[in-house]
Amino acid sequence: MDLLKQIAMALQCGDSDGIGELLQQALDNKLAPKEILDRGLIAGMNVVGDRYKKHEIFLPEVLLAAKAMHMGMEKLKPLFLKDEVVARGRIVIGTVQGDIHDIGKNLVAIMLSGAGFEVIDLGKDVPPKKFIETAIEHNAKVIGMSALLTTTMPIMKKVVEGLKEKGLDGKIRTVIGGAPVSNEFAAQIGADGYGYDSVQAVDCIRKLISLS
Amino acid sequence: MELFRVRLAADRVLVADGAMGTMLMERGLQPGSSPEAFNLDRPDALEEIAREYLNAGAEIIQTNTFGGSRLKLAQYSLGDRVAQINEKAVQAVRRAVKSNAYVSGSCGPTGQFLKPYGEVEPAEMMDVFREQIGVLVSSGVDIICVETMSDLGEATSAVKAAKEIGSIPVMATMTFDQTPKGFYTIMGVTIEQAVKALEAAGADVVGSNCGNGIDNMVSIAGECRKFTRLPIIIQSNAGIPELKGDVAVYPETPEFMAGRVKDLLDAGVSIIGGCCGTTPAHIRAIREAVDAHKHS
Repeated sequence: MDLLKQIAMALQCGDSDGIGELLQQALDNKLAPKEILDRGLIAGMNVVGDRYKKHEIFLPEVLLAAKAMHMGMEKLKPLFLKDEVVARGRIVIGTVQGDIHDIGKNLVAIMLSGAGFEVIDLGKDVPPKKFIETAIEHNAKVIGMSALLTTTMPIMKKVVEGLKEKGLDGKIRTVIGGAPVSNEFAAQIGADGYGYDSVQAVDCIRKLISLS
Repeated sequence: MELFRVRLAADRVLVADGAMGTMLMERGLQPGSSPEAFNLDRPDALEEIAREYLNAGAEIIQTNTFGGSRLKLAQYSLGDRVAQINEKAVQAVRRAVKSNAYVSGSCGPTGQFLKPYGEVEPAEMMDVFREQIGVLVSSGVDIICVETMSDLGEATSAVKAAKEIGSIPVMATMTFDQTPKGFYTIMGVTIEQAVKALEAAGADVVGSNCGNGIDNMVSIAGECRKFTRLPIIIQSNAGIPELKGDVAVYPETPEFMAGRVKDLLDAGVSIIGGCCGTTPAHIRAIREAVDAHKHS
């Protein structure tokens, strides 16, 4: 089997050790890091995403794949030249103020970097101002917000409103996710998108960025 | 008061309490702080909440210890306060309910994954639950309630830890989402797998809590019934929250939820309570529906 296909397959199986060896082989064979990322790791992650969306696999398989992805990215990152940085756009992401639940947010961050976005992860308990200031400072295209508690959902609205006040709505998009939020809630507060899960979140951000 | 197991065996229906979080917020819990840290400073508020649910007709009152494991408390740098936090929660509920209701020690997920998905070794997971449940039991709970679980390894660790400690009855519930292929936890556990494994681990009562509203729970209860003869507990959310102004509001009213009680009882449920978004008003309405059903 083609080495890149093997990498994609190892990623789907969440085989971190296998990925490490295969990446080394690929680099020894002088394959370009960008090629390894796109046709190996990202291709594999896309399959994982698709299968998750179809409920063929669940969170455990995605967590293992994400771990393998993360490991692969760490190995490849130093090898990219400045001008071929994979970034398809910069995304600021975090769990909103008052909330410390970050399992979902972390997964979205890994999936986003797996999809070639540059992710600035602000962690958890992030105040609205911090989201907005970081997005402006780093010229980010999208702010991704996560909440598990119903009491912290209103913070998402504050970020959307804060962007509007600065005339940045439409320039910096907002995407929300987390157990208590929904498409309807996103529409209600004027967020640009909603991801039911990490795969949908990435899809949604891809679409938003292709529009801008 | 009859022993909980005797009460269950008598084939009578029990009503449990509703949500804790919103009640704590109303009494000053700040968003972003640990709900369990409240136990240290405001046991009076815990007593008040327990009394409200007791007066609404609940016969099982939970302790505010959902996130009382050291792994979860560590997220708030309270990992070394497990003993006090759990003890104070039990004492407060006991003061409020005396022997008029069963005190149920809540035990929620640690927020960490077992290896290989996360970093926690199975032995450590057992230890974490042994520690928390040990305190709950020695502080005098009547029941342990392992709840809102999505991973079977974690859920069965908690049940086994409780069973090791002694003869304390254990209720164990998991949270299922509806998919086009049926109900699964986010970790991919089916109702059949959950019920069978929890029973094998020693649970005395199995079922489901949280979730996406009470209509789904009617289906989930029916599904549970297919795979076990154990009593079933259902503690449903009041639907998926919507934002009204700056407050998240759960859409299912007390009347709406009480309207599904008959379906739950027909599906073979023994214990009905509430989860996120339910209030003493919901529990009162459920109590009335349960009583009406008994007399019909």
